[in-house]
Amino acid sequence: MLPMRFKKPYRKLMLVAMVAGLLSAGCGQQYVMLNPAGPVGQKELHLMILASVAMAIVIAVVFVLFFYAIIRFRDKPGNTAPYRPDWHSHKWLEILWWVLPAVLLTVIAIPTVKTTYALDRLPKSKQKPVVIDVTSLTWKWLFQYPGQQVATVNYAVIPTGVPVLFELTADSPMNAFWVPQLGGMEYTMPNRVLPLWLEASKSGIYAGRSGQYSGTGFEKMTFNIKAVSPQAFQTWAHETHSTARPMSMYDYNQLLKFNTVGTATYSNYPLDTFPTIASGFTLNGTGMYMTMRNKNSITYMPMSAKP
Amino acid sequence: MSFSHLAHTLFPPSVRLPDILLIDVGLVLAGLGILGLLTKTRRWGWLWREWLTTVDHKKIAVMYMIAALVMLLRGGIDAEMLRAQLAAPGAHFMPASQYDEVFTTHGTIMIFFMAMPFIFALFNAVVPLMIGARDVAFPRLNAMSYWLFAAGAILFNLSFIIGGSPNAGWTGYPPYSELLFNPGPGENYYFLSLLIAGMGTTMTGINFLVTIVRMRAPGMTLMRMPLFIWSAMVTSALVLFAFPPLTVALAMSLFDRVFGSSFFTLAHGGMPMMYVNLFWLFGHPEVYILVIPLFGVFSEVVATFSKKQLFGYPIMVVSILAIMFLSYGTWVHHFFTMGAGPGVNVFFGLSTMLIAIPTGVKIFNWIFTMWGGRVQYTVAMLYQLAFIPTFVIGGATGVLLAVVPADYQFHNSYFLIAHFHNVIIGGTLFGLLSALYYWWPKMFGMKLNEQQGKWAFWLFFIGFWVTFTPQYLLGLKGMTRRIYTYPSGLGWHNLNVISTVGALIMGAGFVVLVFNLVWSYVYGERDLTGDPWDGRTLEWSLPSPVPEYNFARIPVVHSRDAWWDMKQKGQSLAALRPEDVHDIEMPKNSPIPFLLGVAFFVVGFGMTFKWWPIVIVGGLGIVLCLLFTGFDYDDHHHLQADTVRQSEASLGRLQG
Ligand code: HEM
Ligand SMILES: [Cu+2]
Repeated sequence: MLPMRFKKPYRKLMLVAMVAGLLSAGCGQQYVMLNPAGPVGQKELHLMILASVAMAIVIAVVFVLFFYAIIRFRDKPGNTAPYRPDWHSHKWLEILWWVLPAVLLTVIAIPTVKTTYALDRLPKSKQKPVVIDVTSLTWKWLFQYPGQQVATVNYAVIPTGVPVLFELTADSPMNAFWVPQLGGMEYTMPNRVLPLWLEASKSGIYAGRSGQYSGTGFEKMTFNIKAVSPQAFQTWAHETHSTARPMSMYDYNQLLKFNTVGTATYSNYPLDTFPTIASGFTLNGTGMYMTMRNKNSITYMPMSAKP
Repeated sequence: MSFSHLAHTLFPPSVRLPDILLIDVGLVLAGLGILGLLTKTRRWGWLWREWLTTVDHKKIAVMYMIAALVMLLRGGIDAEMLRAQLAAPGAHFMPASQYDEVFTTHGTIMIFFMAMPFIFALFNAVVPLMIGARDVAFPRLNAMSYWLFAAGAILFNLSFIIGGSPNAGWTGYPPYSELLFNPGPGENYYFLSLLIAGMGTTMTGINFLVTIVRMRAPGMTLMRMPLFIWSAMVTSALVLFAFPPLTVALAMSLFDRVFGSSFFTLAHGGMPMMYVNLFWLFGHPEVYILVIPLFGVFSEVVATFSKKQLFGYPIMVVSILAIMFLSYGTWVHHFFTMGAGPGVNVFFGLSTMLIAIPTGVKIFNWIFTMWGGRVQYTVAMLYQLAFIPTFVIGGATGVLLAVVPADYQFHNSYFLIAHFHNVIIGGTLFGLLSALYYWWPKMFGMKLNEQQGKWAFWLFFIGFWVTFTPQYLLGLKGMTRRIYTYPSGLGWHNLNVISTVGALIMGAGFVVLVFNLVWSYVYGERDLTGDPWDGRTLEWSLPSPVPEYNFARIPVVHSRDAWWDMKQKGQSLAALRPEDVHDIEMPKNSPIPFLLGVAFFVVGFGMTFKWWPIVIVGGLGIVLCLLFTGFDYDDHHHLQADTVRQSEASLGRLQG
């Protein structure tokens, strides 16, 4: 009798096992969220797993009760289960199911708070973070390195083991900057600069894309983040700075066109193209939104502990 | 304006795609066919008297339901198109610009023009009957709500054949929805149609709130109200406070586009973030507006088909009220990734987790309603049984999204898409279909065929999981929402194929459902008792379909599950004595609501294209309608007691 009864939930379990198997097997690499390559993605994954386990407990409890109820109390002739049409309350049971979810949610809530605050701060590190100013354009990405004085389009190079502070803005409708293997996303918004720090613990090429729809070419807003050793990064920056061609205002204006482009590398870039504090917010006549007469209207959202 | 210019404005290249032209031809033919049929069968007068001018809540319910089913078809076709495009990497099933329009109309239609009217169909069909009333508090306002909704829906659906559809997503975020990036009329259609339909919705909220507060039968105290009534009341309250922010956001966006203001446009210092806040200040309560009525439905269905009282009634009420209050305090969880800072994000993350508790509690109560009962697997109940596990999983993934740092990853990925379809299909759609099977006999006087219904059910249920399980996995693989296409090599292809197959299965479910409705309408088993399910609430004490005046004599309520209680005591409303029947005051039909809808449509259409003379004509129409209705005191009539007696006698409900 019993095996028959549990046939359905059993099948579901099989399914779960199969999915879990798939995830851990060869093609697991493609599950980018589950394969973080840096501390930020790692922390986020930890929370996902913790919350999933807690929720799995709720789901399991509900499923067991549910399948038991619908099988045991099915209306069929000869069912011997007790029939109590007026049974409508049970104090302890009811207290239990307020308390059970509350406890599980508390277990999730505490690390959520901690991690949210932790991710808002640059970690204390021996090295100074590398700052990269990111501008989303329609439909491409511009990366500018104020420290190295180089700029790239649709790809970026970062050193491994060093926190990278991305300062995000847009000279276009909103987009979202997302490199899933390094960590979660943050919007790029015109007139605002939002910070996001990420770090790669091992070298590799990490795919990024825009997470916020912005028109017909938006799915092509992909880019690669190449993580290389700090020395290789220095070499790359030096070489680029000395060999590539500088970006001119004309180049920037070309980027403002509504189209998709390949990658590009520049040895330098016009200061006014990004609303950095260093440039004193003087953004004159360089882009759709950069024509702001009032420089104070740009909101600079600082990290809690700026380097 | 030259003719060619006009032609280009109305029919830009985006509406001259072959598939759309084909639909144009089909629509024109169908329209002519319907006009011809109405003329040939001399049905114009009938249409005008019985439907267009009606203020009867039962007929308004039928009109809402037909509209909702038509919109389910339209939104469903959109969905199949989206899935076809995504079935292969690098596909060009349709141009990117059309894909953007289709996902925008899919979301907008399903939420505003399918789910909302379907819910209002249920409110109209059931609420007055369940509380023992003869109509809603403001019958004419009720008709106006309907015609405003209809005007908005027609305006919105016109966009894809005239002028071009909106393409900024169902959320319509600026800057992309600004004139600068979106010069066509599409977004005007979006803002205007939602404004017009939204006004109707707000009025419905007021109407049902007042109806439930003021018009309950004697003896029906708050704590004796059926849970569906509680849910309708809470939903109405949510509507009342959630739609104003939406209306404001839409109106301001419209001003930006049409009159050149800069509330949200950056060019002169506007703030797009303000729109995002206003939208979700509406948007989060809205998702509960979409599901709480179905919580009500499930509470009725589970009790009826378990042959048992609802478990934990007071807790159900408390939890629904808790959800109502909390749902205004969670909206920022839709944009944790917009740099609000850790303090704000944590606050809204925790408030979102908090709201999961009362939601979860309800699940346990439904399970324990079945515990110790006798569970009948009717189609209405099958949807309930599918809902519980599905919704629990959807709620659990919602909690994952409330974990702020995890949401940094999940946001805007297919994981998010899977979450909300999990709750909206598992909760809202399954609930609507459950209600459809449950109350159909009351609305139309015949039962839906159970066998066919089961086919449709299994197709929907299996199709749902086949469609959306892969989407969770695609989210983990980094696939973002609203992308037109993707390259091969990311491991997204197979999962997308599975998802498309699932969508086809659900499509088949829809076809069977429609067949089921039509077949049953013609051949279905008539409901002669008025109480086919051995129900518990007052609507089952009436004959099916219900006479115009609902209750010949208003019942007196002595307990929860009033009708069940009466049956246990051997009482019935059918044994009416002639002297119990008096004259009944009924609202009178009026053409004003329909004309008001037409006037609003004219304004909306004119403003979409900025044709001011048309706007002025429509505006005058609105003013005239309001003046007429304001001074029209002749708005009710008396149904003679004799007429009522005759009618009751013919139903076999009169003694002597
Ligand atoms: C336990 C209850 C629930 C929780 C904790 C929850 C949580 C969330 C969170 C945190 C998000 C935002 C995710 C993001 O944008 O990154 C979200 C999105 C969404 N949820 Fe839920 N949710 C719950 C139930 C529901 C219900 C009942 C519905 C509707 C019937 C619903 C419909 C939606 C929709 C439509 C969206 C996405 C809207 C969009 O971005 O287009 N949710 N949910
Ligand atoms: Cu929400």
